[in-house]
Amino acid sequence: MDIFTQFGRFVLMLKGMFSKPENGKMYWKEFMHQCSEIGIGALGIVVIISIFMGAVSTLQTAYQLVSPLLPLSTIALIVRDTVILEFAPTLVCLVLAGVVGSKIAGELGNMRVSEQIDALEIMGINTKTYLILPKILASLVVIPMLVVISAVLGIWGGRLAGVMSGILSATTFDKGLVQGFQPYNVFFALTKAYTFGFIISSIPAYYGYYVKGGSLEIGRASTKSVVVSCVMILFSDYILAQLLLGGSPSA
Amino acid sequence: MIEVKNIKKRFADNIVINDVSAVMQTGKCNLIIGSSGSGKTVLMKCMVGLFEPDFGEIHYGGSNFLTMNTEERKELRQQIGMLFQGSALFDSMTVEQNIMFPLDMFTKNNYAEKLKRVNEVLDRVNLNDVNNKFPAEISGGMKKRVGIARAIVLNPKYLFCDEPNSGLDPQTSLLIDKLIREITIDYKITTVVNTHDMNSVMEIGDNIIYMYQGLKEWEGSNKEIIFSKNQRLNEFIFASEFLQDAKDMRMLEMKGKIDNNRNMDEMLK
Repeated sequence: MDIFTQFGRFVLMLKGMFSKPENGKMYWKEFMHQCSEIGIGALGIVVIISIFMGAVSTLQTAYQLVSPLLPLSTIALIVRDTVILEFAPTLVCLVLAGVVGSKIAGELGNMRVSEQIDALEIMGINTKTYLILPKILASLVVIPMLVVISAVLGIWGGRLAGVMSGILSATTFDKGLVQGFQPYNVFFALTKAYTFGFIISSIPAYYGYYVKGGSLEIGRASTKSVVVSCVMILFSDYILAQLLLGGSPSA
Repeated sequence: MIEVKNIKKRFADNIVINDVSAVMQTGKCNLIIGSSGSGKTVLMKCMVGLFEPDFGEIHYGGSNFLTMNTEERKELRQQIGMLFQGSALFDSMTVEQNIMFPLDMFTKNNYAEKLKRVNEVLDRVNLNDVNNKFPAEISGGMKKRVGIARAIVLNPKYLFCDEPNSGLDPQTSLLIDKLIREITIDYKITTVVNTHDMNSVMEIGDNIIYMYQGLKEWEGSNKEIIFSKNQRLNEFIFASEFLQDAKDMRMLEMKGKIDNNRNMDEMLK
C-alpha cells in the first residue's frame, strides 16, 4: 500500500471518529480510563528520564562552559531553555511514542485479530469513536501535562546535580533560572506537546486498528507504529521550530 | 426472517460469493455449511454488515439492510447478537462486565436491574459462579456460553453463530448445539449458524445451505441431507469411508433391506 493510500485511510479513520456517542457516560468512562492508562502508566518513566536528563544537562553544560567571563548562572539559563524547548517535549514524547504508542497499537491490534472490534461493530457501536477518539483525546490532555511535569523535574534535576557536584550553588542556579525567561518558550513547548500527543496516539491507533493477520502482525504493526511516530515527531519538531522560532529575534 | 437476494462479493479478482439467495427462517436454526474457502464466513459477514456486498439485497424483516443509513443500521444491530469463532470476549473485562457491556451501552437500567439480567442469561446458558472471572480464567466451552449470553442479553431478534463448535470436544459441542437450538425456539429468533461440524448439521439443521466455491450448491433440512444426491455435498458430508459406510447402511435400513437392530441383536448373541 503506497504512502498516499495509507494517508487517505488515516484521514478517513480520523473523520470516522466523529459521530454521536451511543452512550455519553460510557465514552466518558473510557476517556478517563485512557487518561489513567496513558498518564499514570507513563508517569514513572517520565519522572526518571526527566530528572536524569536535567542532571546530565547541567553537568555537560558546565563542562563546556570554560570561559571565566561567563557567570555560572548561565548554566541554569541554558539548562532551563534546553529542557523547556527541546528535552521535555521532544525527548519525553519520543519515549512516550514507544511506551504509549506500542501499547495502543498492541491493544487495538489484539482486539482486531481476536474479533473484539467486530463484536463491538455488531452491537452497533462506532468502534472508531469508542476505541480511538478517547485515546487521542486522553493523549491531548495528558501528554502536555506530562511534558510540564517533565520540564519542572528536569530543571529540578539539573539544580540538584549542580548543587551536589559543587558546580554552582542553589542560589546561583535560581538566579540564572529567572534570567531572560521568555514565557513564549513555554507556549512553544506546549504546542509541541499537543502536536506530539496527537502523533503518539493517532498513528499507533491507525496501525493497530487496521492490522490483519495474527500475533506476528500485531508485533510488526506495533514496531512500525513506534518507528513512524518517532519519525513524525522529529519531522514535526523541525517544522514547528521553523514556523514558531524561525523568525523570532532570539533565533 | 432474513432474506438474502443475489449477493455478490469479490476481493480483487477473486469472486467469493456469486449470486447467492436464501431465506433464513424465524424460530429455526439456519445453517450455512461448506468446506474452507467456500464463502460461508464471507456470506455471514455480509449479512451482519462487516463486509459490504458488491451486489444484492439483505432484508431483515422486510427492510433492506444495505440501503439503511448509519442510524438505521445502528438500531437494527441492537437486534442482532453474534457468537464469534473465538468468542471475542473483551479480555480486560470480567464475565459479568462482558455481558453487562451491551446493557451499559444501550439501556438506562440501574446496576441492580442490569445485574439481574446478566444473571438471568448466565443461568440460561447454564453458567454459575463465573461473574468475576476473566475470559482467560475459563474454559473454551464456557467462553462460548458467555459469548452466547452476551449475544442474547439484549433479547435480539437475530442470532449469528460463527463456527460455534470450533476447538471444542464433541460432548461440549453437543451442549452448545443444544443451547443454540433451545434459545432459538424459546426466544423465537432467527438463528444463522456457520459450521462444518456434521454433528451440528444433523442435530440442529432445520434449514441448511451448502456453499461450494461461492455458490449455493444445495438447500434443505437435516432430514433431507442424508438422502441428497448432490455429489459435491455428499463428498463434503461423507468425507471418510466410515461415514460413507454408515450412510450406505442407513440407506439400506431406510429401504427396509436390513434391520440394524436385529443384526446387532444377532451379533450380540
